[in-house]
Amino acid sequence: MLIFEHSKVGLHKKNDAQLTAIPASMRRGESAALPEVSELQAVRHYTRLSTKNFSIDTHFYPLGSCTMKYNPRVANSIALMPEFAARHPLAPEKFSQGFLSCMYELQEMLCEVTGMKGFSLAPMAGAQGEFAGIAMIRAYHDANGDHERREILVPDAAHGTNPATATMCGYTVKEIPTLADGDVNIEALAAAIGPQTAGLMLTNPSTLGVFERQIQKIAKMIHEAGGLLYYDGANLNAILGKIRPGDMGFDVIHSNLHKTFATPHGGGGPGSGAIGVSERLIPFMPIAGVIKDKESFRWANKSDYAHSIGHLSAFFGNPGVLIRAYVYMRLLGREGMTRVSEFSTLNANYMMAEMKKAGFEAAIPDRFASHEFIITLKKQAKELHVTAMDFAKRLLDLGYHAPTTYFPLLVPECLLIEPTETESKEDLDGFIKAMVQIQQEAENDTQLVTTAPHTMPVKRLDEVRAARQLDLSWTVTQTTG
Amino acid sequence: MPFIPHTENEINTMLESIGVKQIDDLFGEVPKALRAGELSNIPVGLSEMQMTQLMTERGAQDGRPLCFIGAGAYDHYVPAAVWQITTRGEFYTAYTPYQAEASQGTLQLIYEFQSMMTTLTGMDVSNASVYDGASSLAEAVLMSVRANRKSKSKRILVPRNVNPTYRSATHTLVKGQNIELVDIDYDKETGGISLDSLKAFEGEDFAAVVIQQPNFFGSLEDVDAITDWAHANNALVIGVVNPLAMSILKPAGLWGGAGADIACGDGQPLGAPLSSGGPYYGIMCCKKALVRQMPGRIVGRTVDEEGKEGFVLTLQAREQHIRRSKATSNICTNQGLVVTASTIHMSILGAAGLENAASQSHLNTASLVEKMCAIDGVEKMFDSVSFHETVIKLNKPAKAVVDAMTEANIIAGFDLSEAYPELGDAILVCATEQRTTKEIDQYVSALTKALGEV
Repeated sequence: MLIFEHSKVGLHKKNDAQLTAIPASMRRGESAALPEVSELQAVRHYTRLSTKNFSIDTHFYPLGSCTMKYNPRVANSIALMPEFAARHPLAPEKFSQGFLSCMYELQEMLCEVTGMKGFSLAPMAGAQGEFAGIAMIRAYHDANGDHERREILVPDAAHGTNPATATMCGYTVKEIPTLADGDVNIEALAAAIGPQTAGLMLTNPSTLGVFERQIQKIAKMIHEAGGLLYYDGANLNAILGKIRPGDMGFDVIHSNLHKTFATPHGGGGPGSGAIGVSERLIPFMPIAGVIKDKESFRWANKSDYAHSIGHLSAFFGNPGVLIRAYVYMRLLGREGMTRVSEFSTLNANYMMAEMKKAGFEAAIPDRFASHEFIITLKKQAKELHVTAMDFAKRLLDLGYHAPTTYFPLLVPECLLIEPTETESKEDLDGFIKAMVQIQQEAENDTQLVTTAPHTMPVKRLDEVRAARQLDLSWTVTQTTG
Repeated sequence: MPFIPHTENEINTMLESIGVKQIDDLFGEVPKALRAGELSNIPVGLSEMQMTQLMTERGAQDGRPLCFIGAGAYDHYVPAAVWQITTRGEFYTAYTPYQAEASQGTLQLIYEFQSMMTTLTGMDVSNASVYDGASSLAEAVLMSVRANRKSKSKRILVPRNVNPTYRSATHTLVKGQNIELVDIDYDKETGGISLDSLKAFEGEDFAAVVIQQPNFFGSLEDVDAITDWAHANNALVIGVVNPLAMSILKPAGLWGGAGADIACGDGQPLGAPLSSGGPYYGIMCCKKALVRQMPGRIVGRTVDEEGKEGFVLTLQAREQHIRRSKATSNICTNQGLVVTASTIHMSILGAAGLENAASQSHLNTASLVEKMCAIDGVEKMFDSVSFHETVIKLNKPAKAVVDAMTEANIIAGFDLSEAYPELGDAILVCATEQRTTKEIDQYVSALTKALGEV
């Protein structure tokens, strides 16, 4: 039942405020058709709705490439403290030293843990961080009068946001093939590099769940050709504190704070795509950043970043997210950073080893996994007509959120599994046991799997109908008519 | 080890299963030269109690000044239930609802959100939100260039009384695609856009005209006339709206003869705390004919195999994870959690509650302005109708006055001198429904004092 269907006309009363200063022609005729419900009705409705969700707090959620780790509750309590939650974005610096000191320290900690020289907290999501990074690469080449560099190289295993971002920045995209062992095809890369190359976007460890072993060579090739190297930080959790993108030769990186630094995913945002840069890109950083002058803190201005790409948001990105990330980093401290990558890697490799033993086929079986790994179910699809999607749906019945399905696009019938460091061995074992059970069901009772889920609030939904007979909002006529 | 649940025994069992001696062996493929040293610039970890103490101190440094500033972020009351429900783990720690069957809570909520935004703005469809007001304008601009079939132009007319940061961010976000934002000047008397200032563009080719309602100066625009003019010139109309104001003002979908084509803006006034500038969310609504040009997530209602109602992400063929370099935008997530809060906020307040907050803010600002203008040397800058913000002209340096007012623990308003130097010493003030008469009087006496001292 929709909230609108609980509505009773006449429940809410308007006050008799006189709006005579506003001409009638500018005013609204009829009130908006929002629901009229009691506070309890609203609370009950949304509390009930919430129980129809899987979440980290309720279920193991091994969604590959999304780093669904525990989101410490204290980070939320602190972000909602009135001094932070009620602080106006344009408050004078006098009323801002506490907040600005947190933001400054967050910039510094992110620089340290990634090996970059400057950090901007402005981007509001990973995709916006990517945008800022590629816009900076373009601004850098433009400032050097290097206008012929019109192409961004992207491995075919990359996230869809990478090529979409390059297009948004006015670049053409050239895809580079990946070898069967997960590394970039260096020969194809060498053939693609030229005077038109503006840069390369790379995720390392890659979306295939392995570390790019040729990274130093790749960095050298790109730099010698005059291009810049962009690091997609989606998988930073895998190397946090152990290997730094700056040391690998990257010129600009984005970090998804909602992944690596445990801020909530919130049902699809808000995120934060903070970006780090090497020395030569500092003048191009977006507005705004925080600068320390002796003992006080201030907002950066245009003279701090001479060639700034400009604003990305109305104010300063998503500070409520930044505060949570700051709290998380301070709780972990320097020793905790390294533990993140160690235990997320341990968990992934343990799961991969156990699943291989249980008969599942790993996409890249002979290498160590990073913090995630890929199982391909192409054999099951061919022999049993049970697909990765079927496994995913059946997992829901068994109390596990499905891994990422059908990504990366290179691996047929794949599940990209990322357990994260905060899951216990017990939960990993439970997931593996569920996969083994589904495999047995697929062999003996195929339909049970291909028609799953059976225990969710709804069964498989008709997506074709959703797209063809668009029903995107409720209107009054739907209940009366 | 905070948040890591492994015992020594378990670690050993796991390593044995993998066939390595120690965790570090798992990083054996990484070239030795790339191994990081100690992260000496990161402090050692704190306990939760120490962290709470530290942040209580940091918060106390900033205090709780009285807020008389808006300029795109507004200090409205949010019922306690809103964030208590929003931060339930099932909403707070879920992700994008890719597995629809296990995400019906979030999906239905987004569908309800879309329904609320369409009725509030008077538009046909809404998406699940974009990042914030500035990025919603940028996405609207990109969308209008894709969608306008009558024009091949990449020029957009943008009045100078549209939020200056929105304009600047939009420029950053669209310039890579060679889209040109053309400034239109505002009328010096009213601060609004007059048909006279548009005349110079008559007969020229451009994709869209942007109108902010209320404009950055807080004044109401003659949206009907501008909309009709734009349509007569084959341009689409992008309305940048304050959604709370929409509860009492003519909604964008009803502007002029045909309505705005796209409505965008910042959802912050509907349940998001100020929170230093975010997370808020960007509103994205449009006419039905443009829905396939819309960026971001959209939820649709459908049925399951047994005919039972359910909700899914739909029209995904527009998006980056399918279309890659040909996607309508690189946008991936929406601002789910804030949308959750906003949906609950609108449900609890209803139309009447929103209208009450909007009209009380309007009246409080009017009262503040009236009392301010009784002071010698203080006057309204523009002859116009305000919603809940007004530009005030001072006879002393604006920056110095704003600084002096901090002594009284008051944020006096937004100093316009940097963005609009032609206005001289002027500030943009705002008194939301939360400001009491006592606080307004406090403001007026602090201002009187400041003007005397500066």
